[in-house]
Amino acid sequence: MAWFKKEKNKVSKKVKVPEGLWVKCNSCKEIIYRKEVDRNLMVCPKCNYHFRISAGQRISLLADNGSFTEMGQYLASKDPLNFKDQITYKERLKDSQKKTNIKEAATAGRALIGNHPAMLVVLDFAFMGGSMGSVVGEKFVIAAEKAAEEAMPLISVASSGGARMHEGIVSLMQMAKTSASLARFKETGLPFISILADPTFGGVSASFAMLGDIIIAEPKSLIGFAGPRVIEQTIKQQLPENFQTAEFLLEHGMIDMIVNRKELKQTVIKLLSLLVEK
Amino acid sequence: MHYYLDFERPVAELENKIEELKNLADGRDMNIASEIEKLEKKARDLRADIFSKITPWQKTLIARHPERPYSLDYIDLLMEDFVELHGDRRFADDHAIVAGFARFQGMPVAVIGHQKGRTTKERIERNFGQPHPEGYRKAMRIMKLAEKFKKPIITLIDTPGAYPGIGAEERGQAEAIAQNLQGMFLIKTPVISIVIGEGGSGGALALAVGDRVLMLEHSVYSVISPEGCAAILWKKNGSSVGQKEYENASEALKLTSQNLRDFGVIDEIIPEPLGGAHRNRDEAASAIGAALSRRLDELKDKSFDELLEERYNKFRLIGELKEENQ
Ligand SMILES: [Zn+2]
Repeated sequence: MAWFKKEKNKVSKKVKVPEGLWVKCNSCKEIIYRKEVDRNLMVCPKCNYHFRISAGQRISLLADNGSFTEMGQYLASKDPLNFKDQITYKERLKDSQKKTNIKEAATAGRALIGNHPAMLVVLDFAFMGGSMGSVVGEKFVIAAEKAAEEAMPLISVASSGGARMHEGIVSLMQMAKTSASLARFKETGLPFISILADPTFGGVSASFAMLGDIIIAEPKSLIGFAGPRVIEQTIKQQLPENFQTAEFLLEHGMIDMIVNRKELKQTVIKLLSLLVEK
Repeated sequence: MHYYLDFERPVAELENKIEELKNLADGRDMNIASEIEKLEKKARDLRADIFSKITPWQKTLIARHPERPYSLDYIDLLMEDFVELHGDRRFADDHAIVAGFARFQGMPVAVIGHQKGRTTKERIERNFGQPHPEGYRKAMRIMKLAEKFKKPIITLIDTPGAYPGIGAEERGQAEAIAQNLQGMFLIKTPVISIVIGEGGSGGALALAVGDRVLMLEHSVYSVISPEGCAAILWKKNGSSVGQKEYENASEALKLTSQNLRDFGVIDEIIPEPLGGAHRNRDEAASAIGAALSRRLDELKDKSFDELLEERYNKFRLIGELKEENQ
């Protein structure tokens, strides 16, 4: 994980969209000049769709330049089930590591945000769908425990399909474990800000991600418990148009606000300065 | 007439034959009586043989057996004076979760469980044991009452999972489950959770943050159903998944009570009568009762702070990790 330290938190040029000069927006389907998207913090200039970004890019976006120091970077899964479907879980992990240049789906560490010390945990959807197994659970808990110990606010950014089924029941238990750490963290009187990026589902939304004292979502992110296809198959009807979007959740009282990526850091700083005594 | 699973077919044939002979003989013909006795032993041995090598997929089917006792059956068999309480005080009463207070071996307890239905009408009414957010919120409300009145909590787990539907999402299914997971770590009273049938993912876990977590021998507990897992991981381009893929997925997921004990995720396996809990409900209930009373006894002298500390550590330590330099 040395790569974004080397780059001094500059937004990486590696982006999570098809290679080439042009990219297609997932939302409005327009073909856009890649540089234009890059310059716009990976937000579609045509429709304001927020592209998925890497953990490194997210940290660069939130943390003050060069302030991030990682924790738990050597943690790796032991593959408790010795899981194999059409390929082995071990191979899947290796492939993901190669593809994303990170060791696991979560990156955690201390940072300054507008000069406020804060503990940051960020999920990267490109790494096995941002799924939560032993490592993601452990990193979150270490972050929550350290934040409590060092009297720092806790901030997480979720982007995940849910629990990592390749770790079976052990991954399910990470939901309990992360929630347990928040039950304790909340006794400190420090805020836990949960930021939801596209997409946030299953075992991640049904544990730490929906437990924020304050919950912020990026525009148009899909957020829910069950995936839309599962729901469609179950109820055998078409889903409402904006179903499970951040906008839908805001309307139903499930999140506090929707914030554009370019205003995200300022919003977090404002909240920290209101809620944390310096 | 019993309901038999496919792999029980050989026993089914024998047992049907025994039934026939019994009807024929009226118990008076000695020759037939001894023949019946022989066949009964043969059926028992055959059943024992089949059950000594059942696969994880077969276990899943037993866990979902339509005659398997449900929460209300065990409450009826194990407890007296059950008073069911209803509603989350926010939106509705969810019939997929039952909750209330009852007397277990003379001691008042709170009891909360997923509830499936037996007839078609009941199944629909109970939504096949799949709760909506209000079910989880009702459960948490009763847990807080149990804390307030200083009564231990017994939770019975038996659900395919939390319901995937529009209303469930609108009313915050994820948030409801998350709140229970967090909240159960703060409940200052002993909590014992027993998986009695299907432990289906987050929807099961949302009632299962116990100081002790027990499982009936033929119950299963998993992050995803074998069917769900197979559909995602075993689907080759365009091919549909079936029996074989379900077998593979349930094997890979390691979802049996034996697997979970090996992972240290559960504390105890409660033995079931030969053939599964539905073959002898009284025997199943009395095994649960014995385990429950032993576990409650273990916890009764612990201070609340001790309980919370131990509950935290129990789940805090679950995870299979190593350190790797690059
Ligand atoms: Zn667009």
